[in-house]
Amino acid sequence: MNLSPALARIADRARAAAVEFGLDFPEVVFELVDSDELNMIASYGGFPVRYPHWRFGMEYQRLQKTYEYGLGKIYELVINTDPCYAYLMKTNTVMEQKLVMAHVLGHADFFRNNAWFEPTDRRMVDVMANHGTRVRRHVDRQGADKVEQFLDACLSLENLIDPMGLYIRRERAESAEPELDPQRAAEGRVQRFPVAHRYMEPYINPKQALDRERDEIAKRLGERKRVPAEPLRDVLGFLLHHAPLADWQADCLAIIRREAYYFAPQAMTKIVNEGWASFVHSRLMTSSLLDDGEIVDYADKHASTLATQPGRINPYRLGFDLLRDIASRWDRGMHGKRWEECEDAEQKRRWNDGAGRGLRKVFEVRRVHNDQTFLDAFLTPEFIEEHQLYVYGRDPRTGQTVILDRDPATVKPKLLRQFTNMGQPIIDLVDANHGNRGELYLVHRWEGTDLREDFARQTLRALHTLWTRPVHVETAVEGKAVLWTFDGRDEKTKDLGRRVDAEDA
Amino acid sequence: MAAMRRVDTDVSRFRRIVRGRIRKNLRKYVSQGELLTRQGGRVVSVPLPEIHLPRFTFGDRGGGGVGQGEGEVGEGVGAEPGEAEGEHDVEAEVTLDELAQILGEELELPNIEPRGKQEVETDVRRYRDIRRVGPHSLRHFKRTYRNALRRQLADGTYDPVRPVILPRREDERFRSFDVAPIPESSAAILYMMDVSGSMGQEQKDIVRNAAFWLDTWIRSQYRNVAVRYVVHDAAAREVDRHNFFHLKESGGTKISSAYRLVDKIIDDDYPPEQWNIYCFQFSDGDNWSGGDTTECLRILDEALLPKSNQFAYGQVKSAYGSGQFKGDLDQRFGDDERLVTCDIPNRDGILDCIREFLRRGR
Repeated sequence: MNLSPALARIADRARAAAVEFGLDFPEVVFELVDSDELNMIASYGGFPVRYPHWRFGMEYQRLQKTYEYGLGKIYELVINTDPCYAYLMKTNTVMEQKLVMAHVLGHADFFRNNAWFEPTDRRMVDVMANHGTRVRRHVDRQGADKVEQFLDACLSLENLIDPMGLYIRRERAESAEPELDPQRAAEGRVQRFPVAHRYMEPYINPKQALDRERDEIAKRLGERKRVPAEPLRDVLGFLLHHAPLADWQADCLAIIRREAYYFAPQAMTKIVNEGWASFVHSRLMTSSLLDDGEIVDYADKHASTLATQPGRINPYRLGFDLLRDIASRWDRGMHGKRWEECEDAEQKRRWNDGAGRGLRKVFEVRRVHNDQTFLDAFLTPEFIEEHQLYVYGRDPRTGQTVILDRDPATVKPKLLRQFTNMGQPIIDLVDANHGNRGELYLVHRWEGTDLREDFARQTLRALHTLWTRPVHVETAVEGKAVLWTFDGRDEKTKDLGRRVDAEDA
Repeated sequence: MAAMRRVDTDVSRFRRIVRGRIRKNLRKYVSQGELLTRQGGRVVSVPLPEIHLPRFTFGDRGGGGVGQGEGEVGEGVGAEPGEAEGEHDVEAEVTLDELAQILGEELELPNIEPRGKQEVETDVRRYRDIRRVGPHSLRHFKRTYRNALRRQLADGTYDPVRPVILPRREDERFRSFDVAPIPESSAAILYMMDVSGSMGQEQKDIVRNAAFWLDTWIRSQYRNVAVRYVVHDAAAREVDRHNFFHLKESGGTKISSAYRLVDKIIDDDYPPEQWNIYCFQFSDGDNWSGGDTTECLRILDEALLPKSNQFAYGQVKSAYGSGQFKGDLDQRFGDDERLVTCDIPNRDGILDCIREFLRRGR
């Protein structure tokens, strides 16, 4: 912490206000940095010490340019650790510093309390630093180019993880069993009921039934064993255990996977997290932190943070508005059976049962929801209309991007889809021994939107780098199922000759 | 000096990738002339559309999504919705020197060996002197302590059991610079272009592109480069850079007029003892008459070739030109090192032409 005494006093005031509001956060360490340092830290995703990779350099140059040309600057940067590190830009005005501090405290509270962050490692700074050391050691031993190429391949597969796997224990694949004659193996598995007297045996366990059961089990065992037993989302994890990797390669892959899982909850909670932090800063600022002279500047800054651009959703704005909507609905009791069943528009408009539970509800939301559940539970038709959400798309006749629909019944599913699986396509690993030739077979669950083909092709190449046997991904192009393959030399396309129906394409 | 920051390593890895990409796309940049307009001073900004880590990701999203704001159904959204986050076209800034280096690597060009004509040009400061006074930051630690030791030994205050050396003011020595004159080579580039009626816009674009890259290369090889432009139809005159590329004349062609003018410019301003001279001539190969061609060959033989490091003739294909002149040159000077000729059939031929012109390293 290197705050000036004045800023340190403000930070103390902000902390006190936050505690009074009911927030619960780890120690927050504010660091004062200049724009260049901030850009540098931001290009590393908030962690100043990470493994070396060119994409961080690219990001740094981009941020630097953006800042130099006045196209944008980073206000707030905070990472999910304990203590929580937050960076303040030196050139910010005092009012801006207050705003950033209040906002950051909202995030810190969210990181600690939101259920989806529960499994994240709060000492990630150390973990990342260790990752850096390990990768640097591999670079020293194997050579920079070799490690870089391998990291590139791993990073191309970064999104092939199972974000929900952090919270659910997936059924384990059955342990590999020695190959047995299926008939004999089945014999031992047939379920017999206990009998008290021998003469009861043919009645309680009739031979016919036992034979039938044995044959069924034998048939099941006789089928080729699939690896993995069930379709699998955590492709990185599978590769880590089953791909023919050298030790240093496995280590690099493990590092990429671990960091991908660490960042997953943040991608899952953009709207709630930013909405909550904005909700908190607006509370703290207007109730205690602002001085009289700062109000106009604050309003201006707040408004620009929440501004929307055409064709985009601003997570700060949507989250903030939704939380405010929730607060007012639960304050006035506008939910539940009585409310749902009320037909009288006038009565609904004036509805107020004086419940006053708004704030409690908002705190509950910040504890239990991620973006998808949040939108699903609280995005009401009234809200969609009031806040002017719409579905846009290309007008087939003019080729221009136009507003297609404002009907809440269309908007909500579309928005939910946009936030499903963090906006990434859902791809399962279905078979690691495809055609009994050790080929990797992935299936993209096509739901109306095609994969970007050139990227998918290159990603298959990356996958082949790790797996070293031919790799396939089954997907659909405009509803027609296709199989894209890379066999180590050629890219192939196979028409699977069937149509895929999207639920609501 | 600022400490090497961790990000600098990653930035330099990234720059290396950028350079690789530029090199890969060099032929495209050269033939399309894209970089010329992106030049600002000594820096060129190169658009590189494709540096990213590929992923399984959605394509165009069917051009759709959810937005927020005013507007009726059917109304335009205003701006095109932005690309997904993390997808940005990269604009890489490269200095002309770097660009020349990339060109050199790709075409495997040898460095030019100046003809030994040198002009004293700059004074260079080098820190290789020692003085008794100077700023503390430049104190020469070793010499200072050596002097102190020498003094202490001399006046008997040095104690081998307790070897404490305390430099005094008179012991201190400081690094200092001296000024050394550095001989430097200079080059003069003389461009000649036929602007007669048969040279169209396309032909001029080709010349313009070729000239940009030739310039870039030669500038990277010499500290001091002068460039002059001569156009000719039936008569020759000197013009500035802008006019050189944009002038539209018509009429006949008398190449000898340009040769005479260039010869005069060399004699007036660039004595060959002090300058490395490069002549680049572009034309569609039509000349007025056989008599004028004979005259051209005579001037080349007697004046221009002896004075130049390299005389290069690029023949741009046009619908009207006969293309006779290149044949005449080749016939007369076929194996003379000092003269190169090259056909440029179209834009794609530019790079080969540049390689041909520069590969001898003269």
